[in-house]
Amino acid sequence: MGRTLPRYLHPGAWWVWALGMAAAASRTTNPLLLGLILAVTAFVVAARKPDAPWSRSFSVFLKLGLVVIAIRLVFQVALGSPVGEHVLFSLPVVPLPEWMASLRLGGDITAESIIFAACDGLRLAVLLACVGAANSLASPARLLKSMPAALYEVGVAVVVAMTFAPQLVTDLGRVRQARRLRGRTNKGLRGAGGAALPVLEGALDRAVTLASAMDSRGYGRSGQLPVRVRRLTVLLVLGGLLGVCIGLFGLLSADTSVFAGAPLLVLGLLAAFTGLWLGGRRSIRTRYRADPWELPEWLVSLCGLFAAAGVITAGIINPASVTISVVPLMWPALPVAALVGILLGALPAVLAPPLPAAAAVRRQPGSRAGAPVTRLAVDA
Amino acid sequence: MIRFEDVTVTYSEALSPALRNVNLNIREGELALLVGRTGSGKSTLLRAINGLVPHFTGGLLEGRVTVAGRDTRTNPPRELADVVGMVPQDPMSGFVTDTVEEELAYGMEALGIDPQTMRRRVEDTLDLLGLVEIRDRALLTLSGGQRQRTAIGSVLTTNPSVLVLDEPTSALDPGAAEEVLAAIQRLVFDLGLTVLMAEHRLERVVQYADHVVAIETDGTVVHGPPESVLADAPVAPPVIELGRRLGLSPLPLSVRDARRETASWRHLLDDSQSAAAVPVSASGESAMVANVDHLSVLYGNFAAVNDLTLTVKRGEIVALMGRNGAGKSTLLNSMVGLQKADRGRVQVGAQLADPFGMPGHELLKHVGLVPQEAGDMLYAQTVAAECAAADRDTQAVSGTTRALLEQFAPGISDETHPRDLSEGQRLSLVLAIVLTARPPLVLLDEPTRGLDYPGKANFTRVLAQLADEGHAIMLATHDVELVATTAHRVVIIADGELVADGTTEEVVVSSPMFAPQISKVMRPHPYLTVDEAVRAIEAVTQ
Repeated sequence: MGRTLPRYLHPGAWWVWALGMAAAASRTTNPLLLGLILAVTAFVVAARKPDAPWSRSFSVFLKLGLVVIAIRLVFQVALGSPVGEHVLFSLPVVPLPEWMASLRLGGDITAESIIFAACDGLRLAVLLACVGAANSLASPARLLKSMPAALYEVGVAVVVAMTFAPQLVTDLGRVRQARRLRGRTNKGLRGAGGAALPVLEGALDRAVTLASAMDSRGYGRSGQLPVRVRRLTVLLVLGGLLGVCIGLFGLLSADTSVFAGAPLLVLGLLAAFTGLWLGGRRSIRTRYRADPWELPEWLVSLCGLFAAAGVITAGIINPASVTISVVPLMWPALPVAALVGILLGALPAVLAPPLPAAAAVRRQPGSRAGAPVTRLAVDA
Repeated sequence: MIRFEDVTVTYSEALSPALRNVNLNIREGELALLVGRTGSGKSTLLRAINGLVPHFTGGLLEGRVTVAGRDTRTNPPRELADVVGMVPQDPMSGFVTDTVEEELAYGMEALGIDPQTMRRRVEDTLDLLGLVEIRDRALLTLSGGQRQRTAIGSVLTTNPSVLVLDEPTSALDPGAAEEVLAAIQRLVFDLGLTVLMAEHRLERVVQYADHVVAIETDGTVVHGPPESVLADAPVAPPVIELGRRLGLSPLPLSVRDARRETASWRHLLDDSQSAAAVPVSASGESAMVANVDHLSVLYGNFAAVNDLTLTVKRGEIVALMGRNGAGKSTLLNSMVGLQKADRGRVQVGAQLADPFGMPGHELLKHVGLVPQEAGDMLYAQTVAAECAAADRDTQAVSGTTRALLEQFAPGISDETHPRDLSEGQRLSLVLAIVLTARPPLVLLDEPTRGLDYPGKANFTRVLAQLADEGHAIMLATHDVELVATTAHRVVIIADGELVADGTTEEVVVSSPMFAPQISKVMRPHPYLTVDEAVRAIEAVTQ
């Protein structure tokens, strides 16, 4: 294989990889494994993150993770039941009425319970980091573009909504200014009501204009599907998605066996894809510069799946190796299967094609969304 | 290419048809210009071409419209998307995606064109319309001219044989308008596209047109070569007006034609010493009603207005000109206190008060602004209610606003809904509302957008009258012809800085971009309007 040419990786591949990492994180409370997953994810983000406004979300998700851990700890300290015997400190016990006997406020705080809560919080934080990684590696607009043909209309609706919202805010500002120019007040309920009507009228007008523009440009030219095929499509897609949800739930919650979740997930995926394929079959629409799905995409996706498989396998071989043991308090194990799987998850940092030069050097942060926009909003 | 056979369009609930017995044939490769007063059915005719009328708008279409042999009766707009490219009046409202390149590809995706062809056509169109540098910019960040060219590009990629444009330059400054018109011309002359476009500012386009279609107010249509149709159309740009008044034949369509045909008169003027009748400006000692002193307004670290100093006196009409985004609106907004002065100060009204933070009812006694979207200021269901509300808002004697409106635009029924007014009537209504509190200073932001020539003439008369009554008027505009006939003084700003400030003659005549047609024709004689030029010529020929 020669050198991969610079291009954007298919956003779907990044999501599969990130979800694989997330699945791996969700099956373990072992802090060594969780830390490793976090490091691997951050490494890949650092290596393949384009310079765009949306790609700054990773750090936001990391901070969110810290907040989650903090909240988990506070709850543990305030409400947790004591586990183990290494008492760190004691809080005054708040007496609760008889019927709340199962609940406890304050009391002894043990090292065991703190460690358990921290690992549990860490698991959630790492899950969030994985989602953040996908968000900053793959452009949301490109992801929408790669939706299956049957879901194309939904994608268009989302894009239109995303451009409508800022417009509405601009309109509201303009109308409020106009009210002031008539010598009226903008405060209070009446002010808000008075501004709402012209804004809504404007939005409605724009929607109608947009609809006529889309019609003139050939929107909805695709041949109509027969009713039966359409119903079957809806049934397959919805049923499939439901299956996917239940399957994922089974797979991600560490309490249930892998074997309960996996088959349902696979069946659900199959049904959903059949539905999407059926629905998209008659569409005449083509894609402009569609992101290809080639070897790098397969490899990146596989790496994510390896990570998940590694941790799951380690869990099957020895359930204790992927959980943190607090009673008795022990240094966590480092199961080989999980270690290898997660490390494979770092490979996308080199397997994914390098970014196009334009994405790396094009703009300085903030230069695009800064002054000119405001200027146009006011003067155009 | 485009054929109308005895077409009559009647909208439901309309009393009379919007188009009446229209017979029209526009041949392949023609650039046809659609003219007519506002509300005369121009948009209806344009939208009938790709079947939006009646498929989308409803209403009844009698007769037959065919485009490239396809009948719009059996082909809804989406099935005509590969033949007719339709550019709506406000390009922003027709954009579906969020970046330039995606927008160009959108129509082709809908038509199912294969990816290689799509890519090639997008690249071709980017080059053709000069959009290469902005190919991956977000549509929201584009300037007016760039938006319009993107909108044209987005319908061109489907390779239509007909391009339909609804007032493509109405919102653009003279430079950006040139840019768009040059692109359209290239499409007609190099690619042989058939183009039909509606345009109010005929002076910009009439010399390129092969065919002029004039819609009368009753919905009937007169069409033919520009010289013959415009000889007695109600709307005519200044060169044609000049040609008509001087009895030139053939009628000049461009500055070049007019200069050639008036050469002998200009030589006569060279010899005579008659000075041009300069519009009488306010005398030096009248009171100051606006004082902008070293004003700067910042958006982040971008200075929309930069260290600008300006004064306006009673009885003056000042035109504020400059590119889109030069800071005109920001200046006007800070003069009514909608925008805070980051540096320097703004004082307005007879008492020279600071408008920022002033309560709304107080503000109106010092300064009034007619915003760009005049309709934003109208909320009531009828004209009468709107006028009554304005009287209440300003504690004016009941009936004040209505009387002003009657003066500006006579004969509007009390029961009319403000949304059903024509552009000119709506502008008059908003102006009446603003003037109810008798502010000594009136600001107008792009007031003549969408006004036709008679509408503009009326508006000019109203402004002159207000100035005579002692109001100071400042209007931001791109319309050089309006400035020539109306303004005493012209202020040009660029990048938020004051570039020129002087009498209309001084500023406008010397600028190639802002010079009105008559000034270009009569150069080096400083005449700006048809009246002045005709009077001077009559004086020397007698």
